[in-house]
Amino acid sequence: MAYIEQLSGDRLDRGDALREADAEAAARETLRAQVGRLERELSALVARSFPHLSGVAPAAPSVPRLLGLAELERTRDRLAGHIADAHQQLAERSARERRSRELLRRAKEDPRRYKFLRIAVADLGEGTCGTWEVRPRLGPIGMLAGWWQVKLSSGCP
Amino acid sequence: MSGQDPFGRPLAGDRAVEVHAGASGAPVQGERGVRPVRGWCEQELQRELPGLGLVWTGVQVGGRRSLTGASPRPVMRQLSELSNRWRGARAINVRQEPVPAAYRVFFRQIGLDPDATRTPIEQAVLARMLEGGFVSRGLLADVITLALVDTAVPVWALDADTVAAPLGIRPSRPGERLGRAGDGPVLGGGRLVVADADGTVAVLFDHPPDEHRPKRSTRSLLLYTVQVAGVPSLHIEETLWACQSALVDACS
Repeated sequence: MAYIEQLSGDRLDRGDALREADAEAAARETLRAQVGRLERELSALVARSFPHLSGVAPAAPSVPRLLGLAELERTRDRLAGHIADAHQQLAERSARERRSRELLRRAKEDPRRYKFLRIAVADLGEGTCGTWEVRPRLGPIGMLAGWWQVKLSSGCP
Repeated sequence: MSGQDPFGRPLAGDRAVEVHAGASGAPVQGERGVRPVRGWCEQELQRELPGLGLVWTGVQVGGRRSLTGASPRPVMRQLSELSNRWRGARAINVRQEPVPAAYRVFFRQIGLDPDATRTPIEQAVLARMLEGGFVSRGLLADVITLALVDTAVPVWALDADTVAAPLGIRPSRPGERLGRAGDGPVLGGGRLVVADADGTVAVLFDHPPDEHRPKRSTRSLLLYTVQVAGVPSLHIEETLWACQSALVDACS
Protein backbone atom coordinates (compact mmCIF):
# COMPACT_ATOMS: atom_id res chain seq x y z
CA MET A 1 0.00 0.00 0.00
CA ALA A 2 2.80 2.37 1.00
CA TYR A 3 4.61 1.46 -2.24
CA ILE A 4 1.54 2.37 -4.31
CA GLU A 5 1.21 5.67 -2.46
CA GLN A 6 4.88 6.45 -3.11
CA LEU A 7 4.47 5.63 -6.83
CA SER A 8 1.45 7.88 -7.21
CA GLY A 9 3.29 10.59 -5.24
CA ASP A 10 6.23 10.39 -7.67
CA ARG A 11 3.85 10.61 -10.60
CA LEU A 12 2.22 13.68 -9.08
CA ASP A 13 5.66 15.30 -8.59
CA ARG A 14 6.58 14.63 -12.20
CA GLY A 15 3.22 15.99 -13.33
CA ASP A 16 3.78 19.14 -11.29
CA ALA A 17 7.25 19.60 -12.74
CA LEU A 18 5.91 19.18 -16.28
CA ARG A 19 3.08 21.63 -15.64
CA GLU A 20 5.58 24.10 -14.19
CA ALA A 21 7.87 23.75 -17.21
CA ASP A 22 4.92 24.26 -19.57
CA ALA A 23 3.81 27.33 -17.63
CA GLU A 24 7.32 28.77 -17.76
CA ALA A 25 7.57 28.12 -21.50
CA ALA A 26 4.24 29.85 -22.00
CA ALA A 27 5.42 32.78 -19.89
CA ARG A 28 8.58 33.07 -22.01
CA GLU A 29 6.48 33.03 -25.17
CA THR A 30 4.26 35.79 -23.80
CA LEU A 31 7.30 37.85 -22.82
CA ARG A 32 8.84 37.42 -26.27
CA ALA A 33 5.61 38.64 -27.84
CA GLN A 34 5.60 41.65 -25.49
CA VAL A 35 9.25 42.39 -26.35
CA GLY A 36 8.28 42.29 -30.04
CA ARG A 37 5.39 44.71 -29.57
CA LEU A 38 7.47 47.11 -27.47
CA GLU A 39 10.37 47.05 -29.93
CA ARG A 40 8.01 47.94 -32.79
CA GLU A 41 6.46 50.73 -30.73
CA LEU A 42 9.88 52.15 -29.83
CA SER A 43 11.03 51.98 -33.46
CA ALA A 44 7.92 53.82 -34.58
CA LEU A 45 8.46 56.52 -31.94
CA VAL A 46 12.12 57.01 -32.85
CA ALA A 47 11.38 57.18 -36.59
CA ARG A 48 8.36 59.49 -36.19
CA SER A 49 10.08 62.01 -33.94
CA PHE A 50 13.51 62.05 -35.59
CA PRO A 51 15.68 64.05 -34.86
CA HIS A 52 14.04 65.36 -31.71
CA LEU A 53 14.30 62.20 -29.64
CA SER A 54 17.68 61.86 -28.02
CA GLY A 55 19.07 58.40 -28.61
CA VAL A 56 18.33 55.63 -26.19
CA ALA A 57 21.53 54.49 -24.50
CA PRO A 58 22.18 51.04 -25.94
CA ALA A 59 22.94 48.13 -23.67
CA ALA A 60 26.49 46.82 -23.59
CA PRO A 61 27.28 44.52 -26.53
CA SER A 62 26.17 41.01 -25.78
CA VAL A 63 26.04 37.58 -27.37
CA PRO A 64 23.11 35.80 -29.03
CA ARG A 65 21.60 33.24 -26.67
CA LEU A 66 18.32 31.77 -25.49
CA LEU A 67 16.99 34.08 -22.80
CA GLY A 68 15.47 32.78 -19.62
CA LEU A 69 12.41 34.15 -17.92
CA ALA A 70 14.32 36.70 -15.82
CA GLU A 71 16.36 38.01 -18.77
CA LEU A 72 13.25 38.34 -20.91
CA GLU A 73 11.54 40.25 -18.11
CA ARG A 74 14.53 42.59 -17.85
CA THR A 75 14.52 43.14 -21.63
CA ARG A 76 10.81 43.89 -21.59
CA ASP A 77 11.13 46.27 -18.63
CA ARG A 78 14.07 48.09 -20.21
CA LEU A 79 12.12 48.55 -23.45
CA ALA A 80 9.07 49.76 -21.53
CA GLY A 81 11.33 52.22 -19.70
CA HIS A 82 12.76 53.51 -22.99
CA ILE A 83 9.27 54.02 -24.36
CA ALA A 84 8.16 55.87 -21.23
CA ASP A 85 11.27 58.11 -21.48
CA ALA A 86 10.58 58.76 -25.15
CA HIS A 87 6.96 59.70 -24.44
CA GLN A 88 8.11 62.06 -21.69
CA GLN A 89 10.70 63.69 -23.95
CA LEU A 90 8.08 64.14 -26.66
CA ALA A 91 5.56 65.59 -24.21
CA GLU A 92 8.15 68.08 -22.91
CA ARG A 93 9.08 69.04 -26.44
CA SER A 94 5.44 69.45 -27.40
CA ALA A 95 4.87 71.75 -24.39
CA ARG A 96 7.96 73.80 -25.31
CA GLU A 97 6.74 74.17 -28.89
CA ARG A 98 3.31 75.26 -27.67
CA ARG A 99 4.89 77.92 -25.44
CA SER A 100 7.12 79.14 -28.29
CA ARG A 101 4.16 79.38 -30.70
CA GLU A 102 2.18 81.34 -28.13
CA LEU A 103 5.15 83.71 -27.60
CA LEU A 104 5.51 84.22 -31.36
CA ARG A 105 1.78 84.95 -31.69
CA ARG A 106 2.01 87.61 -28.95
CA ALA A 107 5.18 89.09 -30.50
CA LYS A 108 3.40 89.39 -33.86
CA GLU A 109 0.47 91.17 -32.22
CA ASP A 110 2.64 93.67 -30.33
CA PRO A 111 6.29 93.58 -31.50
CA ARG A 112 7.27 96.60 -29.39
CA ARG A 113 6.81 94.60 -26.21
CA TYR A 114 9.24 91.89 -27.40
CA LYS A 115 12.18 93.86 -28.78
CA PHE A 116 14.98 91.67 -30.19
CA LEU A 117 13.16 88.47 -29.27
CA ARG A 118 14.49 85.45 -31.19
CA ILE A 119 12.66 82.14 -31.59
CA ALA A 120 14.26 79.33 -33.56
CA VAL A 121 11.97 77.64 -36.06
CA ALA A 122 13.12 74.31 -34.61
CA ASP A 123 11.58 75.35 -31.27
CA LEU A 124 8.24 75.71 -33.04
CA GLY A 125 8.42 72.21 -34.47
CA GLU A 126 8.26 73.60 -38.00
CA GLY A 127 11.59 72.50 -39.44
CA THR A 128 15.20 72.95 -38.54
CA CYS A 129 16.32 76.15 -40.31
CA GLY A 130 15.46 79.76 -39.60
CA THR A 131 14.77 82.12 -36.74
CA TRP A 132 11.91 84.47 -36.03
CA GLU A 133 13.27 87.85 -34.83
CA VAL A 134 11.69 91.06 -33.56
CA ARG A 135 13.71 93.79 -35.32
CA PRO A 136 13.33 97.52 -35.88
CA ARG A 137 12.18 98.67 -39.33
CA LEU A 138 14.85 100.74 -41.14
CA GLY A 139 17.45 99.99 -38.51
CA PRO A 140 18.29 102.80 -36.05
CA ILE A 141 15.52 105.02 -37.41
CA GLY A 142 12.90 102.39 -36.62
CA MET A 143 14.48 101.82 -33.24
CA LEU A 144 14.17 105.53 -32.39
CA ALA A 145 10.71 105.80 -33.90
CA GLY A 146 9.42 102.61 -32.25
CA TRP A 147 8.73 100.79 -35.55
CA TRP A 148 9.20 97.12 -34.74
CA GLN A 149 8.42 94.06 -36.81
CA VAL A 150 8.69 90.27 -36.64
CA LYS A 151 10.86 88.85 -39.43
CA LEU A 152 11.84 85.32 -40.41
CA SER A 153 15.47 84.89 -41.36
CA SER A 154 16.35 81.76 -43.26
CA GLY A 155 19.32 80.84 -41.10
CA CYS A 156 20.40 78.01 -43.34
CA PRO A 157 23.19 78.07 -45.89
CA MET B 1 17.19 12.16 -44.79
CA SER B 2 20.26 11.40 -46.82
CA GLY B 3 21.43 13.24 -49.87
CA GLN B 4 24.21 15.26 -51.33
CA ASP B 5 25.43 18.74 -50.69
CA PRO B 6 25.21 21.33 -53.47
CA PHE B 7 28.50 20.07 -54.86
CA GLY B 8 27.43 16.46 -55.08
CA ARG B 9 29.22 15.32 -51.92
CA PRO B 10 27.30 13.20 -49.42
CA LEU B 11 25.79 15.15 -46.54
CA ALA B 12 27.61 14.65 -43.28
CA GLY B 13 24.46 14.31 -41.19
CA ASP B 14 20.86 13.36 -41.65
CA ARG B 15 19.25 16.53 -40.38
CA ALA B 16 19.05 18.56 -43.59
CA VAL B 17 15.64 19.25 -45.01
CA GLU B 18 15.64 20.41 -48.57
CA VAL B 19 13.53 23.41 -49.38
CA HIS B 20 13.47 22.26 -52.97
CA ALA B 21 14.08 18.57 -53.15
CA GLY B 22 13.83 16.42 -56.23
CA ALA B 23 12.42 12.91 -56.33
CA SER B 24 15.71 11.54 -55.04
CA GLY B 25 15.72 13.93 -52.08
CA ALA B 26 18.83 15.71 -53.30
CA PRO B 27 18.88 19.48 -53.86
CA VAL B 28 17.58 20.47 -57.26
CA GLN B 29 19.93 21.99 -59.78
CA GLY B 30 18.34 25.14 -61.16
CA GLU B 31 19.32 27.31 -64.08
CA ARG B 32 21.64 29.51 -62.01
CA GLY B 33 22.94 26.94 -59.58
CA VAL B 34 21.65 24.89 -56.72
CA ARG B 35 18.36 25.81 -55.11
CA PRO B 36 18.31 26.59 -51.37
CA VAL B 37 18.39 23.89 -48.74
CA ARG B 38 16.89 24.34 -45.28
CA GLY B 39 19.44 23.55 -42.59
CA TRP B 40 18.73 21.94 -39.25
CA CYS B 41 17.81 23.77 -36.10
CA GLU B 42 18.09 22.21 -32.66
CA GLN B 43 14.75 21.16 -31.23
CA GLU B 44 14.89 23.40 -28.17
CA LEU B 45 15.60 26.42 -30.38
CA GLN B 46 12.74 25.54 -32.70
CA ARG B 47 10.41 25.27 -29.74
CA GLU B 48 11.57 28.52 -28.14
CA LEU B 49 12.10 30.58 -31.27
CA PRO B 50 9.57 29.40 -33.86
CA GLY B 51 10.37 30.75 -37.28
CA LEU B 52 14.13 30.59 -36.76
CA GLY B 53 15.88 28.72 -39.52
CA LEU B 54 19.01 28.57 -41.57
CA VAL B 55 18.86 28.27 -45.34
CA TRP B 56 21.96 27.57 -47.35
CA THR B 57 22.98 26.93 -50.90
CA GLY B 58 26.08 26.33 -52.90
CA VAL B 59 27.56 28.17 -55.79
CA GLN B 60 30.39 27.10 -58.00
CA VAL B 61 32.08 30.01 -59.69
CA GLY B 62 34.18 29.65 -62.79
CA GLY B 63 36.75 31.85 -64.40
CA ARG B 64 39.74 33.42 -62.77
CA ARG B 65 38.18 36.48 -61.26
CA SER B 66 39.20 36.95 -57.66
CA LEU B 67 36.31 36.91 -55.21
CA THR B 68 38.02 39.50 -53.04
CA GLY B 69 39.25 41.65 -55.93
CA ALA B 70 37.59 44.60 -57.63
CA SER B 71 34.01 44.16 -58.78
CA PRO B 72 33.12 44.27 -62.48
CA ARG B 73 31.46 47.38 -63.85
CA PRO B 74 27.82 46.13 -63.67
CA VAL B 75 28.20 45.42 -59.95
CA MET B 76 29.75 48.85 -59.36
CA ARG B 77 26.89 50.45 -61.28
CA GLN B 78 24.33 48.60 -59.18
CA LEU B 79 26.05 49.76 -55.99
CA SER B 80 25.95 53.32 -57.22
CA GLU B 81 22.26 53.09 -58.19
CA LEU B 82 21.42 51.59 -54.83
CA SER B 83 23.31 54.38 -53.06
CA ASN B 84 21.07 56.89 -54.82
CA ARG B 85 17.94 55.07 -53.70
CA TRP B 86 18.97 55.11 -50.05
CA ARG B 87 18.81 58.58 -48.56
CA GLY B 88 18.45 59.90 -45.05
CA ALA B 89 14.69 59.67 -44.72
CA ARG B 90 14.58 56.04 -45.78
CA ALA B 91 17.56 55.21 -43.59
CA ILE B 92 15.72 56.52 -40.54
CA ASN B 93 12.58 54.59 -41.37
CA VAL B 94 14.26 51.32 -42.28
CA ARG B 95 13.74 49.96 -38.76
CA GLN B 96 9.99 50.15 -39.34
CA GLU B 97 9.97 48.17 -42.57
CA PRO B 98 8.61 44.63 -42.06
CA VAL B 99 11.74 42.55 -42.70
CA PRO B 100 14.25 44.80 -40.88
CA ALA B 101 11.75 45.10 -38.02
CA ALA B 102 11.53 41.31 -37.81
CA TYR B 103 15.31 41.08 -37.40
CA ARG B 104 15.29 43.89 -34.80
CA VAL B 105 12.65 42.08 -32.77
CA PHE B 106 14.55 38.81 -33.04
CA PHE B 107 17.75 40.51 -31.88
CA ARG B 108 15.93 41.69 -28.74
CA GLN B 109 14.56 38.20 -28.17
CA ILE B 110 18.02 36.63 -28.21
CA GLY B 111 19.60 39.20 -25.92
CA LEU B 112 21.15 41.52 -28.50
CA ASP B 113 20.39 45.23 -28.40
CA PRO B 114 19.97 46.27 -32.05
CA ASP B 115 21.17 49.76 -31.14
CA ALA B 116 24.47 48.30 -29.90
CA THR B 117 24.83 45.26 -32.17
CA ARG B 118 23.16 46.50 -35.32
CA THR B 119 21.17 44.23 -37.59
CA PRO B 120 23.00 43.64 -40.89
CA ILE B 121 20.65 45.84 -42.93
CA GLU B 122 20.88 48.73 -40.46
CA GLN B 123 24.67 48.35 -40.36
CA ALA B 124 24.82 48.55 -44.16
CA VAL B 125 22.52 51.56 -44.30
CA LEU B 126 24.45 53.33 -41.54
CA ALA B 127 27.71 52.73 -43.45
CA ARG B 128 26.05 54.14 -46.58
CA MET B 129 25.11 57.31 -44.67
CA LEU B 130 28.55 57.72 -43.10
CA GLU B 131 30.53 56.97 -46.27
CA GLY B 132 28.25 58.75 -48.71
CA GLY B 133 27.43 55.60 -50.64
CA PHE B 134 27.73 51.85 -50.69
CA VAL B 135 31.50 51.61 -51.01
CA SER B 136 32.93 48.67 -52.93
CA ARG B 137 34.79 46.16 -50.78
CA GLY B 138 35.49 43.44 -53.32
CA LEU B 139 33.29 41.28 -55.51
CA LEU B 140 31.90 38.89 -52.92
CA ALA B 141 31.27 41.58 -50.31
CA ASP B 142 29.60 43.79 -52.93
CA VAL B 143 27.31 41.03 -54.16
CA ILE B 144 26.27 40.28 -50.58
CA THR B 145 25.67 43.98 -49.90
CA LEU B 146 23.52 44.30 -53.03
CA ALA B 147 21.38 41.34 -51.98
CA LEU B 148 21.16 42.57 -48.38
CA VAL B 149 20.12 46.09 -49.26
CA ASP B 150 17.62 44.86 -51.82
CA THR B 151 15.85 42.33 -49.60
CA ALA B 152 17.00 43.28 -46.06
CA VAL B 153 17.98 39.63 -45.59
CA PRO B 154 21.63 39.05 -44.63
CA VAL B 155 23.84 36.51 -46.38
CA TRP B 156 27.18 35.09 -45.27
CA ALA B 157 29.60 33.21 -47.47
CA LEU B 158 31.82 30.29 -46.54
CA ASP B 159 34.57 28.45 -48.35
CA ALA B 160 32.70 25.21 -49.06
CA ASP B 161 35.87 23.17 -48.73
CA THR B 162 36.24 24.14 -45.08
CA VAL B 163 32.80 23.03 -43.89
CA ALA B 164 30.94 19.74 -43.79
CA ALA B 165 27.36 20.37 -44.86
CA PRO B 166 24.59 20.42 -43.74
CA LEU B 167 24.66 23.60 -41.70
CA GLY B 168 22.36 24.36 -38.84
CA ILE B 169 21.81 26.43 -35.72
CA ARG B 170 22.38 25.27 -32.17
CA PRO B 171 23.61 26.61 -28.84
CA SER B 172 27.35 26.21 -28.28
CA ARG B 173 28.51 23.60 -25.78
CA PRO B 174 30.49 24.49 -22.67
CA GLY B 175 34.15 25.02 -23.51
CA GLU B 176 33.54 24.87 -27.27
CA ARG B 177 35.74 27.02 -29.47
CA LEU B 178 34.86 28.94 -32.61
CA GLY B 179 36.10 27.31 -35.81
CA ARG B 180 38.30 24.32 -36.41
CA ALA B 181 41.79 25.67 -35.83
CA GLY B 182 41.63 25.10 -32.10
CA ASP B 183 42.88 28.58 -31.36
CA GLY B 184 39.55 30.29 -31.85
CA PRO B 185 37.90 32.08 -28.94
CA VAL B 186 36.12 29.94 -26.37
CA LEU B 187 32.41 30.52 -26.87
CA GLY B 188 31.09 29.41 -23.53
CA GLY B 189 27.91 27.40 -23.32
CA GLY B 190 24.59 28.51 -24.74
CA ARG B 191 25.75 30.95 -27.40
CA LEU B 192 23.74 30.59 -30.60
CA VAL B 193 26.03 29.43 -33.36
CA VAL B 194 25.95 28.25 -36.93
CA ALA B 195 27.47 24.79 -36.97
CA ASP B 196 28.16 21.90 -39.27
CA ALA B 197 28.78 18.26 -38.46
CA ASP B 198 32.31 18.99 -37.25
CA GLY B 199 31.76 21.98 -35.01
CA THR B 200 30.98 25.67 -34.93
CA VAL B 201 31.32 27.74 -38.07
CA ALA B 202 30.24 31.20 -36.88
CA VAL B 203 28.38 32.95 -34.12
CA LEU B 204 24.82 33.67 -35.22
CA PHE B 205 24.62 37.00 -37.10
CA ASP B 206 28.39 37.42 -36.96
CA HIS B 207 30.97 37.02 -39.68
CA PRO B 208 32.65 33.62 -39.89
CA PRO B 209 36.28 33.38 -38.76
CA ASP B 210 39.04 33.75 -41.35
CA GLU B 211 39.51 30.01 -41.76
CA HIS B 212 36.00 29.62 -43.19
CA ARG B 213 35.91 32.80 -45.24
CA PRO B 214 36.26 32.46 -49.00
CA LYS B 215 39.73 33.38 -50.25
CA ARG B 216 40.50 35.15 -53.48
CA SER B 217 40.91 31.83 -55.30
CA THR B 218 37.96 30.01 -53.72
CA ARG B 219 35.70 28.51 -56.39
CA SER B 220 33.18 26.56 -54.29
CA LEU B 221 31.13 28.73 -52.02
CA LEU B 222 28.47 28.01 -49.53
CA LEU B 223 26.04 30.86 -48.94
CA TYR B 224 23.74 30.87 -45.95
CA THR B 225 21.14 33.11 -44.46
CA VAL B 226 19.16 33.17 -41.24
CA GLN B 227 15.39 33.32 -41.38
CA VAL B 228 13.43 34.61 -38.40
CA ALA B 229 9.72 34.89 -37.67
CA GLY B 230 8.17 37.53 -39.90
CA VAL B 231 10.58 37.12 -42.81
CA PRO B 232 8.85 35.51 -45.80
CA SER B 233 10.58 32.54 -47.41
CA LEU B 234 10.34 34.38 -50.71
CA HIS B 235 12.77 37.00 -49.42
CA ILE B 236 15.12 34.28 -48.23
CA GLU B 237 15.14 32.54 -51.59
CA GLU B 238 15.42 35.81 -53.45
CA THR B 239 18.45 36.99 -51.52
CA LEU B 240 20.30 33.70 -52.02
CA TRP B 241 19.33 33.57 -55.68
CA ALA B 242 20.48 37.16 -56.19
CA CYS B 243 23.90 36.35 -54.72
CA GLN B 244 24.26 33.13 -56.69
CA SER B 245 23.22 34.77 -59.89
CA ALA B 246 25.47 37.81 -59.48
CA LEU B 247 28.49 35.69 -58.60
CA VAL B 248 28.00 33.31 -61.53
CA ASP B 249 27.57 36.26 -63.91
CA ALA B 250 30.56 38.15 -62.55
CA CYS B 251 32.87 35.13 -62.69
CA SER B 252 31.79 33.69 -66.00
